[in-house]
Amino acid sequence: MAANRYDAIVIGGGHNGLIAAAYLARAGRKVVVLERRERVGGAAVTEEIFPGFKFSMFSYVVSLLRPEIIRDLRLPEHGLQILPLESTLTPMENGDYFAAWADHDQTRRELLRHSALDAEAYDEYGRLMYHMAHAVKPILGMVPPDPASLRPRDLKGMLAVGNHFRSLGAEQFHAMFKLMTMSSADFLDEWFETDVLKATKSASGIIGTFLGPRSPGTAYVLLHHYMGELDGVFRAWGFQKGGTGGISEAIAASARSLGVAIRCGQTVQKVREKDGRVRGVVLENGDEIDANIVLTSLDPRRSFLELVDRKALPDEFVADISRFKFRGSSGKVNLALGALPDFTCMPGFGPHLRGAMSISPSMDYVERAYDDAKYGEFSKRPYMDIVIPSLIDPGMAPPGKHVMSVFVQYAPYNLNGGWTDAKREAFGDAVIGAIERFAPNIRSCIEHRQVLTPLDIERITGLSEGNIFQGELALHQLFFLRPAPGWARFRTPIRNYYQCGSGTHPGGGIMGASGRLGAMAVLEDHA
Amino acid sequence: MEGANWRRWAGYTVASSYELLHDREYHAIRSSAALLDVTPLYKYLVTGKDAARLVDRVIVRDALHARVGQVMYTCWCDSAGKVIDDGTVSRLGDETFRITSADPSLRWFALNAAGLHAKIEDVTESTAALALQGPNARAILQQLTGADLAHLKYFRVVSTTLRDMPVQISRTGYTGDLGYEIWLHAHDALAIWDALIEAGTPYGIVPCGMLGLDMARIEAGLMLLEVDYVSAHRALIEGQKSSPYELNLGWAVDLKKEWFVGKDALALEAARGPAWRFIGIEVDWENLERLYAEVKLPPRLPAQAWRVSVPLYVEGRQVGYATSGCWSPLLKKYIALGHVEAAYGNPGSRLAMEVTVEHRRKQAAATVVPTPFFNPDRKRA
Repeated sequence: MAANRYDAIVIGGGHNGLIAAAYLARAGRKVVVLERRERVGGAAVTEEIFPGFKFSMFSYVVSLLRPEIIRDLRLPEHGLQILPLESTLTPMENGDYFAAWADHDQTRRELLRHSALDAEAYDEYGRLMYHMAHAVKPILGMVPPDPASLRPRDLKGMLAVGNHFRSLGAEQFHAMFKLMTMSSADFLDEWFETDVLKATKSASGIIGTFLGPRSPGTAYVLLHHYMGELDGVFRAWGFQKGGTGGISEAIAASARSLGVAIRCGQTVQKVREKDGRVRGVVLENGDEIDANIVLTSLDPRRSFLELVDRKALPDEFVADISRFKFRGSSGKVNLALGALPDFTCMPGFGPHLRGAMSISPSMDYVERAYDDAKYGEFSKRPYMDIVIPSLIDPGMAPPGKHVMSVFVQYAPYNLNGGWTDAKREAFGDAVIGAIERFAPNIRSCIEHRQVLTPLDIERITGLSEGNIFQGELALHQLFFLRPAPGWARFRTPIRNYYQCGSGTHPGGGIMGASGRLGAMAVLEDHA
Repeated sequence: MEGANWRRWAGYTVASSYELLHDREYHAIRSSAALLDVTPLYKYLVTGKDAARLVDRVIVRDALHARVGQVMYTCWCDSAGKVIDDGTVSRLGDETFRITSADPSLRWFALNAAGLHAKIEDVTESTAALALQGPNARAILQQLTGADLAHLKYFRVVSTTLRDMPVQISRTGYTGDLGYEIWLHAHDALAIWDALIEAGTPYGIVPCGMLGLDMARIEAGLMLLEVDYVSAHRALIEGQKSSPYELNLGWAVDLKKEWFVGKDALALEAARGPAWRFIGIEVDWENLERLYAEVKLPPRLPAQAWRVSVPLYVEGRQVGYATSGCWSPLLKKYIALGHVEAAYGNPGSRLAMEVTVEHRRKQAAATVVPTPFFNPDRKRA
C-alpha cells in the first residue's frame, strides 16, 4: 500500500526525532514520524495540567539548542521564541543569599560581598571556562571518532581532535585534563572559597546524573553551562514562550512545512528486519509501515532491547546496551500558585523571582542530598532548581497567578521498596518542606500541585528509568562510548537502522545535535 | 529600578534602558508588553477651517480625504522632492489634526500656511505620550478604558478616558507589533504611567528604554531620521538628501493630489525611477562564522543596535551603505537597514557588508530581503 510506504520512518516525535525527520525531508526524502502519545514533544511538552495553568511538564529550560538547527529549520519563523532567564538566586541557611545577575559587573559586586578573592577569581575562571568550552565545542557538532579503530575515517577524526587539543596550550590542556577527571567540588575548590558559590555552580554538574558534587567526573559537566555562552547572541539559553512544548511545536511545524507526515497516537511495537536489513515497522495495532530506512529517537534500551529481535544483534552489543546506565535521579514538582513566594533572604517582589532560584545553600547540603539517594531514598532536603515561568511569559498562568517549576534531585528510580502513591506524595511534601525553609509562605500560595517521580517520567514519556538524558551523562557514557563502543556513529548493527536520540553523542538537553547528526548519517549512506 | 542610563532626545533625557541590560525590555515588546515614554516626540496641533488643506499641502499623502479617527504615517518634502521628516498625522476632528515629527517642524508648517485659515500650535510640552507595545498591550489597556479596543483598527485613533483622565488612544507604534500610543495631558502622565504599570503587572509589563526600542524598530524595518537618512533641511551637500522613493516610501506619495510641496519633482522621479533604494539586509551567518573562524574566534555580534554607516559591496565595488543594524534575538538573524544603488535593491540580490573581525576589515555575504523583517499578524489583527 503506497500510503504506508516511506523512504524513512522516525520512531518517536520528541525534539530529536522531529529534527531528524525535518533534515531528511529537507533532503527530499518522504518521511513519517510515529509518536506514541497524542502530542509531539516527548519530554519537551507544554500541558495545561490545571485549568488556566500551563506547565513545561518535564524539560523546563532550553540551554543548548544548536544554532545551525535554528537556522536550517527556520525555527523562529515557526514559533521559536526564547526569552532569557537572567539571574540565579541561592538562599543560604543563615538568611543571606548569593545572587548571580545578568550583568557581569553586578555579579562581581555581589561576590565582593562574600569574598574579595573570589570576585577576582570569578573573571579568571570565566575566561578559562570560555576557552575550554570553545575547545570542546567543535566536538559537539562532529561525529565522534573511535580511538580504538584503525579505519582511516576514525584515524583522521582522532587526528583532528588531537591537533585541536594540542593547539590549546599547556595551561588549558592541563585544565581540560582536570575537568575530565576531577569532581566538581574539588575542581571548584581550586578556584573559590565561597561555599554557596561553589555549591550553586557544582549543582549544574550533577543534573541528570546519579552522582554527587564530590563524585569524580562531575567537573566536566560544569563546562556545559559555558557552551551556551559561546553562542552568545544566539541566546539559546532561556525559556521558550508558551513553554518548552513550543519548541517541539516549532520543530514540528518546520518539519510539516518540509513535507514530513507526523502521526500521533501510533505506538511502534517492532522494527521489522530481514537478513540484517531494516524493512519497516509494525505498530501495536498490527498495521505495518514499510521503509528501507528506520531511525529511532528512543533511548538505547528501548531501541535495541525492546524494538528489535535480539537475535538480530551481536551478543557483545546487547551486553553493552544492557549495561548502559540510566538510573533516573530527578523528579519534578509543578505548582500552580495563587501568589508569589516570598524569600526570607530577599523579601517581596523583585527581579530575583524572574530568574532561577537554586536551593543549593552549601556543598554539604547538596552532597547530603546525594547521600540519601545513594542508599535508595529520595533526598529529605533535595537540591532544587526553581523557576516561575509566568513571570517571564505571563500567558502561562491566569493574570495575577503563577506557575512554578521545581526540578528536584535526588529521587532515585529504584527507591527502596519501590514508588507508591503515598511515597510520591511524601516526596512532594519533602520538596515543599525544603522550599518552605527559604520561602515560608510557599504553602499558602499553592493552589494545585503535580508531583512527578522518575517512574512517572518513564510512564508518561517512555524514557527508561526516567532518565532525562536517555542515559546518564557520565564520562564513561559520552562521546565514542555513547551508547556503546563501536556504535557511536549513529549506525547500528542492523543495516539502515539508525539512532538519532539523546542516547547518542552528544546527548542530553534540548540540543537537537543527535537528531541532526543521525539524519546526516542517513544522508551520507544514502546519498 | 536598578540604574537607568540616560540619553538625549529632543532636549529631554530619556532612559536608554531602565535595567542594567536592555534585553528583557526588548523581549517584553515581543513577548508580553513594554511601556515607553515617547513624550519627547515633537507634537503639533493644526486647527481651523483650513486645517485639512494645510496638512494636505505639506504631506505627500492625501489628508483631505482622511477620515476622522484615521492616522497616517507619512513624510513631507521640500520643493525639490527631498524628504524633510517623517511622522504620523492623526485626524482628531473635521478641523483638528495632530502631527508628530522627529525634528522641529513648526516653522515649516507655518511657512506653508500662508493664506489659509489654520492655526499651528506646538503641543510638545503639554501633551505627553506613552507607548504600550507588545502582544499583551490590548489586554492591559482594555482594563483601564471604556473604549472598545478590539474594534480599534490598525492606524486608527479614538478619544476616550483612562481612569477618568481624558486621553486619545491610537493603534500605532514604532515596534511593528500589536501596540497603542496614548496621548494625554502632561499633568496626568505620572498617574497614567502608574495605572498602566499596575494593570499591566499581571501581564508582564516592563518599562522599556530606547535601546530595546531601537532593536524592535529595526526588526519592523522602520527608519529613523538622522540615523537612516538626513533631513533635506539639515543636509550639507546634495548627496545627503533622499526622495521618498529612495527611502522606500513611494507607496505614500499620492501624485493624484492636486498639489503638495515637492509634487512636480516627485512626479518626474516617479517616471524616471529612483537612483537609490532603501533596503533590508540579512547577513549570511555561515559566511560570518567563517570569517571569525579564520582568527579562531566564535562570531561576535552586536549586543545592541548600531547606528553607523557601513559600506555595502557588490563584487568589490561599493554600491551603498547600511545605516543601522542589530542582531535580532527573535529572528536569530543579523539584520540591517541600508541604501543601495537602485539596481542592487531587489529582494534576493547578493551583497557584501563590511564587518570588522578582530580589528580587520572583512566583507560578510548578505542578501537583500523585504522589510519588515518581522511582521506578526497581531499587529493588525
